[in-house]
Amino acid sequence: MPTIGINRDLLFKSMGRSYTESEFDELCFEFGIELDEVTSEAREIQKERGGDTAVVGSEEVLFKIEIPANRYDLLCVEGLTRALRIFESREQVPHYRVIRPQSPLQMHVKDSTKSIRPFVVSAVLRNVTFSPASYASFIDLQEKLHQNVCRKRSLVAIGTHDLDTIEGPFVYEARPPEQIRFAPLNQTREMTATELMKFYEVDSHLRSYLPLIRDSPVYPVISDRNGVVLSLPPIINGNHSKISLSTKNVLIECTATDRNKATIVLDTMVTMFSQHCADPFTVEAVDVVEVDGSVSQCPELRSRMETVSAKAANSHVGIEESAERIASLLTRMSLSAELQADGDSIRVSVPPTRADVLHACDVYEDVAIAFGFNSIAKKIPETNCIGEQFVLNKLTDKLRLELAMAGFTEVLTFALCSEDDVSVKLRKPLQSAARIANPKTCDFQVARTTLLPGLLKTVSSNKNMAMPLQLFEVADVVLLDSGEDVGARNDRRLAALFYGKTAGFEVIHGILDRVMQVLAIPTQRYRVVATEDSTYFHGRCADVVVDGRKVAILGVLHPDVVTHFDLAAPCSYLELYVQALA
Amino acid sequence: MAELKERLLQILDEKGSFDTLTLAAELGVFHQKVVGGVKSLQIEENVINAEALSKKGWELTDEGKEVAKEGSHEARVFHAIPEGGIAQDELMKAFATAKIGFSKAMSSGWLEIKKGEGKPLVRRKVESIDDTVQPVLKRIEAMSFDEVSDKDKQEFKKRKLINEVAMTYYHVTKGSNFTTQLNKQETDLTAEMIASGSWKGVPFKGYNFNALGAPPPCGHLHPLLKVRAEFRQIFLEMGFTEMHTNNYIESSFWNFDALFQPQQHPARDAHDTFFVSEPANCLVLPDDYVKKVGEMHSHGGHGSQGYSYDWKLDEAKKNILRTHTTAVSARMLYRLAQEKPFKPAKYFSIDRVFRNEALDATHLAEFHQIEGVIADRNLTLGHLIGMLYAFFKKLGIHKLRFKPAYNPYTEPSMEVFSYHEGLKKWVEIGNSGVFRPEMLLPMGLPEDVRVIAWGLSLERPTMIKYGIDNIRELVGHKINLKVVYDNPICRLETD
Repeated sequence: MPTIGINRDLLFKSMGRSYTESEFDELCFEFGIELDEVTSEAREIQKERGGDTAVVGSEEVLFKIEIPANRYDLLCVEGLTRALRIFESREQVPHYRVIRPQSPLQMHVKDSTKSIRPFVVSAVLRNVTFSPASYASFIDLQEKLHQNVCRKRSLVAIGTHDLDTIEGPFVYEARPPEQIRFAPLNQTREMTATELMKFYEVDSHLRSYLPLIRDSPVYPVISDRNGVVLSLPPIINGNHSKISLSTKNVLIECTATDRNKATIVLDTMVTMFSQHCADPFTVEAVDVVEVDGSVSQCPELRSRMETVSAKAANSHVGIEESAERIASLLTRMSLSAELQADGDSIRVSVPPTRADVLHACDVYEDVAIAFGFNSIAKKIPETNCIGEQFVLNKLTDKLRLELAMAGFTEVLTFALCSEDDVSVKLRKPLQSAARIANPKTCDFQVARTTLLPGLLKTVSSNKNMAMPLQLFEVADVVLLDSGEDVGARNDRRLAALFYGKTAGFEVIHGILDRVMQVLAIPTQRYRVVATEDSTYFHGRCADVVVDGRKVAILGVLHPDVVTHFDLAAPCSYLELYVQALA
Repeated sequence: MAELKERLLQILDEKGSFDTLTLAAELGVFHQKVVGGVKSLQIEENVINAEALSKKGWELTDEGKEVAKEGSHEARVFHAIPEGGIAQDELMKAFATAKIGFSKAMSSGWLEIKKGEGKPLVRRKVESIDDTVQPVLKRIEAMSFDEVSDKDKQEFKKRKLINEVAMTYYHVTKGSNFTTQLNKQETDLTAEMIASGSWKGVPFKGYNFNALGAPPPCGHLHPLLKVRAEFRQIFLEMGFTEMHTNNYIESSFWNFDALFQPQQHPARDAHDTFFVSEPANCLVLPDDYVKKVGEMHSHGGHGSQGYSYDWKLDEAKKNILRTHTTAVSARMLYRLAQEKPFKPAKYFSIDRVFRNEALDATHLAEFHQIEGVIADRNLTLGHLIGMLYAFFKKLGIHKLRFKPAYNPYTEPSMEVFSYHEGLKKWVEIGNSGVFRPEMLLPMGLPEDVRVIAWGLSLERPTMIKYGIDNIRELVGHKINLKVVYDNPICRLETD
């Protein structure tokens, strides 16, 4: 979930009133955001740099607020306070308008972009007045969108430009990197795109975006009628068209690999910041001329109409409110709602800021939020069902009790381990095992194929305990199995381990006999058959066979296995295949 | 000792009381011996009363003890001189303190020195002497201080033969159970005593009930699984059926796509999810249903806008380690949807899930998820709230609060908070919601069937219950077995 930091005084100024911390916390809770932390810029910097560094940054109170991942419209102070003021019925939902000038600016899309980043949308904010705070917010929002809905610029990248420094029409194309040359943002030196990729390799922020285009034969680029490069998406803008506090007219372009997301991002940018235009909440259109010559007018700023039934809303939420009340509840959630003549249908206008509303159920949720989750009467469902245990788990629990009653102590070890844990350390080649493609450490290379390494590691971290240690675990290992839809299955195992001054094979053998006894398998039905297994000491390993099927292995562990786990005393072990006996 | 104890009791019977100092002097034994006898009588319940008192007294220095044993230095010198006398330098070597003894004996007029040719010779001047020091020191050793004159005491103190000390002694009187007949006490009741009846009339030694008992030899269940048993019990009491969650490897399809979680969702990132390279892809998916799910993602339907992106089957086929047990809930609901007519269902599970996240004191790559699901016609958010109250009440949690939240597969979604009396604040204890129609309708469930669900981790409430700060002390091989050995039974409702 994204978290945004907002200066408290600025927030309250924008809200038009102040709150105590607990009042604001309560408002956030009801609305579905979370006042996560109250801090200051200075404290944040100190936390980052650690310890006793000199105080830098502002001491003013900073609210850190957690925003739901699908509410892009709440990622800046403009949008957040607008939504909260509407929620508190102190502001109306604004009407966002697209102004189409006589001859709109054009953005021509070339065919060459298809292979790398095929979509672009664009819009102009006219007569903007930035304050230092709103300018910072404008930059911050782009970063927040890049990190979230834009999926680290892979889906969408935003570029903003001082329109008065460039001239339309603009061209969006893809060219070989050697043929792109410009001075990137905050640099005076011109460089080719190839040089630029090298230049930013050491940039801690931009470095991570380079792989998005680096290996492509052509790089996307936007330039104006005079060949001035506006941006090299998704990496960096040109220095020429850089915006500043005094910029009046802003061109916004969003290039993308996902058209829908590009539309959402552009709509979010313009609905948030058109607030600072001389004519608030108006946006000037840009015509995107597609490869086939067709023209799409941007931004879309579409308010979608969704008709919901008040009865259905009541039935989903579990309340009994009048249709009028439901319509007015929706208005508080920035969804303009109009009751229809039938007295039940409500026509809801979903504004372009609310891309999260996909279905009527999203509208019902907003009814519930505005009504107050904590005001809804609680009911017990009349659903009548007979409970039932999963038989394998039921058996597992009974076996666990028997083992504890036999004086063994239960451990709970990880299902993932290193390759070595189930091969080299057990003196075996790596047998087939489910492998993890992207482990962060070697502790998560494979899913365990036996419970043994987990038990030995547990003993290893408890060497100070009085001997003998008698441990058990009943849990799943993972086996490859092409008979299963995913190609693998869990297999439940019962493991018991004895670690002491003597090998204690008779103790482990006794556990086997006891388990067979409680499973009502008489001695004549199971046989302990000598076998050789490299994990076990020569001549001290046996398979347990029931009705001709192997159901367990037991024996004294090979001394090398013991030492591989940093242990020094002998050890006996039993692993029983529970499902073979279930 | 037994003899002394009996003698002390007899004396006490005759005299009615005594003090240990006087008695020791009378009996001519060391005071410490009498004190030892008194102390061992004190163990017998109320046989005697002994009051500790303190008094000024004297004790011999090491030199004093030597004199008490061997005689005064001057007397020893006198006795060291043979009939015909002895060379002076030889006499000085007779014992360590001979020099002191010699000058003292000289000044007492006991000796004379003959100086002629050769070495000076020492001879006795008197027939016999009377050693006045040794008997006095012996009296002091026997603590008969009254029989020693103050002058002697001062003199001997000056000569560093005695020191003044504070003496502890006891005034002893009869106790409420006074007897002169001490019986031997039996420590334990034995089978022979019962067989022979000899236990009758035999006194038994009192037990020390403050000592710990002998720890029983026993096995132990794991603390986390004890809490799991409680949760399992709660669901079963409430009529829920346990889901078959024994499949750690799951396809992205059931884990994400079936739950209407878009393919570019951050949770599907390699940073959050363990992808499986072998077996890399699932082999079988229900074709018809998969088509409907893909259509819902790309273009919407059933009144939904969908996510308007190019949904890819290959992405859905990728195997992962399940990130939540809701993947199994999706399988169960799909199966439920295939059964006609629809029958309401209540499902639960408690099992492992996997996240490829950064590890810290409260996060591990694998943990246990608890999940409850109810599918029935016309369920409401009010029903979910009612269920959550009923469920958490069984955990001893009565104060709940709900916060709107976002989750790709539930709408509405609610975070569940409970008031923590210890921390004096609201803490998040779980997540809940109503499954989205985009998830349920492609499965083929009837339109009016709604599914409410909630989930929480098993580790978090267990850590809170047992006051564990670091999750590694609870789960995995780094656990301290002592924690398992000493762990109490789990009674969630009493917290």
